[in-house]
Amino acid sequence: MARSSPARTGWLLSTPALILLFIGALGPLAIVVVYAFLEPGEYSGVVWNFSTEAWFRVFFERDIFDDTVSMADAHLTIFWRSVKLSLLTTFITFVIGFPTAWFIATRPPTQRAIWLFLITIPFWTNLLIRTFAIMEVVRNQGLLNSFLMWTGVIGRPLQILYTDTAVLIGMAYVYLPLMVLPLFAAIDRFDFKLIEAGYDLYASRTKVLRRVILPIVRPGIVAGSILVFVPSLGAYVTPRILGGGKNMMIGNFIELQFGQGRNWPLGAALSLILLLIVLVALIAYVRVTSNDGGRDGQT
Amino acid sequence: MTENAAVEVQKASRVYGAGSSAVRALDEVSLTIRRGEFFTLLGPSGCGKTTLLRLIAGFETPTTGQILIDGKDVSQTPPNQRRVNTVFQSYALFPHLTVSQNIGFGLEMLGRPRAQIKDAVARMLALVKMEKMADRRPQMLSGGQQQRVALARALAPEPEVLLLDEPLSALDLKLRKEMQLELKRLQTETGITFVFVTHDQEEALTMSDRIGVMSAGNLLQVGAPREIYNRPVNRFVADFIGETNFLTATIRNGIPRLSNGEAVQAKGPARLDGKTVTLAVRPEQVRIDPEGPIHATIAQTVYFGTDTHCHLRLADGTELVARLQSPPSGDIGLKAGEKVRIGFVPGAVQMLEG
Ligand SMILES: Nc1ncnc2c1ncn2[C@@H]1O[C@H](COP(=O)(O)OP(=O)(O)O)[C@@H](O)[C@H]1O
Ligand SMILES: [Mg+2]
Repeated sequence: MARSSPARTGWLLSTPALILLFIGALGPLAIVVVYAFLEPGEYSGVVWNFSTEAWFRVFFERDIFDDTVSMADAHLTIFWRSVKLSLLTTFITFVIGFPTAWFIATRPPTQRAIWLFLITIPFWTNLLIRTFAIMEVVRNQGLLNSFLMWTGVIGRPLQILYTDTAVLIGMAYVYLPLMVLPLFAAIDRFDFKLIEAGYDLYASRTKVLRRVILPIVRPGIVAGSILVFVPSLGAYVTPRILGGGKNMMIGNFIELQFGQGRNWPLGAALSLILLLIVLVALIAYVRVTSNDGGRDGQT
Repeated sequence: MTENAAVEVQKASRVYGAGSSAVRALDEVSLTIRRGEFFTLLGPSGCGKTTLLRLIAGFETPTTGQILIDGKDVSQTPPNQRRVNTVFQSYALFPHLTVSQNIGFGLEMLGRPRAQIKDAVARMLALVKMEKMADRRPQMLSGGQQQRVALARALAPEPEVLLLDEPLSALDLKLRKEMQLELKRLQTETGITFVFVTHDQEEALTMSDRIGVMSAGNLLQVGAPREIYNRPVNRFVADFIGETNFLTATIRNGIPRLSNGEAVQAKGPARLDGKTVTLAVRPEQVRIDPEGPIHATIAQTVYFGTDTHCHLRLADGTELVARLQSPPSGDIGLKAGEKVRIGFVPGAVQMLEG
């Protein structure tokens, strides 16, 4: 029929995808938004009364005796620790992941598959088990401390477990493959002749890295950073096990509200704050990428 | 030794790998490239041309021997400290930079002031006629345009020597002819020493001041195009450059004779008396001549327009091609099976060792 335009057929064909998108993404998100504006129930769940108390509680706390209002320092500390640890994780995975990806991309094709396979092996193991393995490494009588004491660098075991350092080591280990794989993909596409062209045109080794290699593989760096930063920010298992109960990140704090805290609206509001931070970070990343090249060039 | 030498290669060898799998890509090659000349390295694929170029550029260090640029030993100097620039076969333009930024890259790395870079870039854009494309990215250019940008980028820092590794091989025939003229013009205008690599003998003959013919890691002959074409030192050079007929002859009393005793119009040194030699003669130097000393049978004639190729068989079975100018009628009046006598243009026959 002349009237069944391609556009309309297109819409019809994409309905399954649209339905899935609604059920899988928008629906749950809508529930979270609604819950964030309700009152907490006595034991759990919500009471269907509109309230902005949850949002107030995200940033402020009321003294139970005299009702004075003050900043919720503990909450802000948790936000700050989450952002800081996630940024550090991203940075560490990049510093380790870039040479690793470079190494793999410069192997002969037959060896490359093996190296990539080795990189993905940790994915095959349960996250909990991997995290407990890291615990085994960093605990007082663990591998790391035993080794350092054996070499005589330290006399007493270092308290690493249940500190931010342990959380950082754990997250860097867990998310490293997510950095390496997109970096590998970008470096694999990189034309190595460009390095020679750079040297040929009087660039030093650092100049070649900064002016030729990094700008060209930037999409891979951005992809890897997003893939590491976003799950780091919402990490739950790793900070819980390696950070003990004290060094919470946003993920643990949200879980607390839905569990012991019995404050679902606060949990929902915190989830939305987390979403907001991720969104801001993504927008910042996108702006960095779309503004490629021209930035450091001249003329 | 020479004051006007831009590049001196002294007994340079380059071995890749080790042990039984080692490849001797370059075998004690010595070569002097004069300042301001258009020098071409010519040879079949895999003979070591790229290796020699990479030694001069500094991407590789010689296993033994030295490379001198402007009289200074640079064998261990990294590429970014050599006043040498390369035009890569794949162009290797920076995809994240515009045409202007690509061209200015070298000068920027040399730390030249901004205004000077801007002037130089404008000059280079005009030189390769790419002014309109200044702000484009390389991916948006055609092959020929990318080629021009690659040239401009390599010329902008005004190097002592410009190295070009088969820069035209990716272009189609028409564009290739155009760029050949363009390259020659650029070389004359800038006065920069060009070292040009090709496996195309015609390209080498038309563009070069001098040619170095290479084979299997060795430099066989260096000379002006006419010298290489008319006086090849061995069978390989004669065969690789242009078309050549080869005859086997034995020298008797200073005169080379074919196996049936027929004399060839050429002089052989007396010291070779009794020795068997290979004679080379170009098809255009073969004449059908009723007075000629050699008997032959016409095997076939092939009409090529201006020329007619006449395939001949000698008494001993040797095949020979004569390139004859087609008469106005177009018919040279020779038929297959016809018996003729042939001779060679005086001085045309080369006696070869190999
Ligand atoms: N990096 C390398 N490793 C091993 N062998 C090489 C390498 N580069 C070149 N070769 C070998 O050296 C020889 C000369 O190569 P090359 O200089 O590229 O020749 P051309 O440029 O004349 O085609 C070839 O046999 C080639 O296989
Ligand atoms: Mg080559």
